Amino acid sequence: MKILKQLIALMVICFVPSIAFSENLKIGIKGEPSSIDPHYHNVGPNNMFGNNIFSHLVGQDENQQAIPDLATSWKPINDTTWEFKLRKDVKWHDGSKFTADDVIFTASRALNVPKSPASFGIYLKGKTFVKIDDYTVHVKTEKPYPLMPNDLGVVKIVSKKYGTNATTEDYNSGKATIGTGPYKFKEYIKGDKIVLVKNSDYFGKKPEFDVVEFKPIKSGPARVAALLSGDVDLIDSVPPVDVAKLKKNKKIQLSSGPSNRVIYLHIDQFREDSPYIKAIGGGKIKNPLLNVKVRKAISLAINRDAMVSKVMEGLAIPAGQLLPKGFHGVSPNMKPDPYDIKTAKMLMKEAGYGKGFELTIHGPNDRYINDAKIAEALGQMLSKIGIKCKIEVMPKAVYFKRASAGAPDKTPEFSMMVLGWGAGSGEASSPLKSLLATHDKTKGMGGANRGRHSDPKVDALIDKALATVDSDARGKVLAEATELAVGKNYGIIPIHYQVNTWAAKAGYTYLPRTDEYTVVAGLQKK
Amino acid sequence: MTAFILQRSTQSIVVLFVMSLIVFCGVNLIGDPIYMMISPESTQAEIERTIKEFGLDKPVLEQYWYFLKNVLNGDFGLSFVQGIPALSLILERFPATIELALFSLFISLVFALPLGIYAGLKPDRKISKFIMAGSILGFSMPTFWVGIMLIMLFAVHLGWLPSTGRGELGTFLGIESSLFTLDGLSHIFLPALNLALFKLSSVLRLTRAGTREVALQDYIKFARAKGLSESRVVNVHLLKNILIPVVTVIGLEFGSLVAFSTVTETVFAWPGAGKLIIDAVYNLDRPVIVAYLIIIVAFFVFLNLIVDILYSFLDPRVRIKGSD
Repeated sequence: MKILKQLIALMVICFVPSIAFSENLKIGIKGEPSSIDPHYHNVGPNNMFGNNIFSHLVGQDENQQAIPDLATSWKPINDTTWEFKLRKDVKWHDGSKFTADDVIFTASRALNVPKSPASFGIYLKGKTFVKIDDYTVHVKTEKPYPLMPNDLGVVKIVSKKYGTNATTEDYNSGKATIGTGPYKFKEYIKGDKIVLVKNSDYFGKKPEFDVVEFKPIKSGPARVAALLSGDVDLIDSVPPVDVAKLKKNKKIQLSSGPSNRVIYLHIDQFREDSPYIKAIGGGKIKNPLLNVKVRKAISLAINRDAMVSKVMEGLAIPAGQLLPKGFHGVSPNMKPDPYDIKTAKMLMKEAGYGKGFELTIHGPNDRYINDAKIAEALGQMLSKIGIKCKIEVMPKAVYFKRASAGAPDKTPEFSMMVLGWGAGSGEASSPLKSLLATHDKTKGMGGANRGRHSDPKVDALIDKALATVDSDARGKVLAEATELAVGKNYGIIPIHYQVNTWAAKAGYTYLPRTDEYTVVAGLQKK
Repeated sequence: MTAFILQRSTQSIVVLFVMSLIVFCGVNLIGDPIYMMISPESTQAEIERTIKEFGLDKPVLEQYWYFLKNVLNGDFGLSFVQGIPALSLILERFPATIELALFSLFISLVFALPLGIYAGLKPDRKISKFIMAGSILGFSMPTFWVGIMLIMLFAVHLGWLPSTGRGELGTFLGIESSLFTLDGLSHIFLPALNLALFKLSSVLRLTRAGTREVALQDYIKFARAKGLSESRVVNVHLLKNILIPVVTVIGLEFGSLVAFSTVTETVFAWPGAGKLIIDAVYNLDRPVIVAYLIIIVAFFVFLNLIVDILYSFLDPRVRIKGSD
């Protein structure tokens, strides 16, 4: 069969040299988007997939740095107004012209999608979009808002002409799926494939492939097999166990790079009586995790190098703060804590827990790369400083509810838990705001602060950063906040940054992205 | 006959009702779908908005009451995750699963019946023993592993068949199916074989047991004594008599092929209902889970009915009566 195919291909190549061949691409992806509607569900797979069809005002490059997209430039013109200048040469997939009206329309549509499980309100609420002329838009806020370009790097711009009154179903069927991106929507069969075709009028780098098919293949081994058998040309989320084998395969080109996702421990810092902590032997005990010395001891007892090489098969980077270096707001002074059992034991003794205590570590078993194994390894490491650990892992469907609001009073249930955080905005304010700021519903802070770390000084620094428009100055304040919240308070204990991996067939390389996204534009011919 | 069907239908409505209540409450006990849907960056206010939007702030029994009222109007609710009516989401996926189940049923029957009869008629031959040993392997190997092995062998090493997805669709007599195109058949073969293996083994063992029993009966001896050809003895007299248990099993097993093709569909990325339900369970997409289970239970009830009716054709001694 193969020989026959090759023969036919050879004949065609020899005898019809003048015909231009269409170049097709098939991509096996782990996560299937829940909809093609770019404003229906604010989650990774949807935001990733939409990148091929739609554009943003502000783009994000492979390191999540802001780059011009539909807007050529942006700047704050006073404390509460940002000005965006739009490109004038952009056409929608149907040939009509892109103008400021589409931006104004998008800002109202994205806020009001019915039955949206996770809306884009977190990026758009409190912002007023004003059209100045066809190619200038002002965005006003009540207070200074420096993260404007980051927020607008997540919201996809849709066509007013097709989007007015369009439902989510109209985007799934393709009726309203008119974008400005490098590929046009062709067909979507749920669970099977999404087919895109080249948009030759794309304003950016010209797309290379004529037809692109996305195939959701959830199972890791099946994804690898599909690549090896040639059924797909590119896969994402290569299972770590297969990486070594694929590296040796000459027909496969692996690529990997650090992710914006840190794997860390959240620690109960708000209860005197923590539900999963007991004295050795099972008696009651005051929550030792309230003591910063104990938290530091735990961090020192974690052998991050062993975690990376043994548990993660080398596909991780030891972490000492919230984001790997290179991101905005990262502190240049912070390094991962060394593995130092002696000091750790000393700290435990100083804190009055020389004999140790009993603790249950909770974690998911289907959310992060090797998450259950990470929890097990942590249990063994902590036993060396006298903390007797029980490990309990569970599917994410059960885990996240309990981790966020599982206790009878709707507070987080667990005493210590393994979690991960990917900074969607690509800078340090995202994890600081959600994980380390004081949990406060009215302020909208600390939404995912499951350990309830709370330090007024950290809060003040975060507030200051969020009001500092100058980018460099803001970065410094964010770094300072991280140094205090993570480096001094041990509000969370970072373990490692994940590494994202892709595998393509030989002849292509995928440019690794920190946001874990698989986008067609990232695949390059060698 | 009509009374019998009516009685069966009433019974099944009660079953469906009880089942939906159990599933509805069960899914709520497992976890909270909200935390599976929201973006991790959501603020507390945004989380509460979502909870309200989906009516999850109300007591479970109240939610169930609304659900019940809507179901009576044929509305199973919208999928939490996809925002599409759960029923249409499932019905859209069913053809792919049914065609996979039918094809794998076909594979298992084509192999199981002749091999089983052979092993039953000549139990002492080496080949028979080999067949029986193979059948034990067939239902003791985990489907997931066999699936991956099939892919490794036929798709990766030999490169004969594709490893993933459903092929091109063809239309025949107004029915759209991948069974009608060559590309479609090449895609369906591996997953169908994977799914068939277990069924093949159990039907094979059943056939063999039946054959051994029937082969010693007087009427078979008499047929032989009458001088009938061996093929007539086997194909008519023997086959007819071993078919009753086989039909029962096939009927029920077809249901389970449809209902439990989840593993195969996941390994082969087959866009069927099994893959849909497993994703729905992972995401706690309650409307999809409940609607799927209701459809499957209704399907099983229907299959049982068909099996009962088929009996009366195969075995004149069985008469279907309504209880009066």
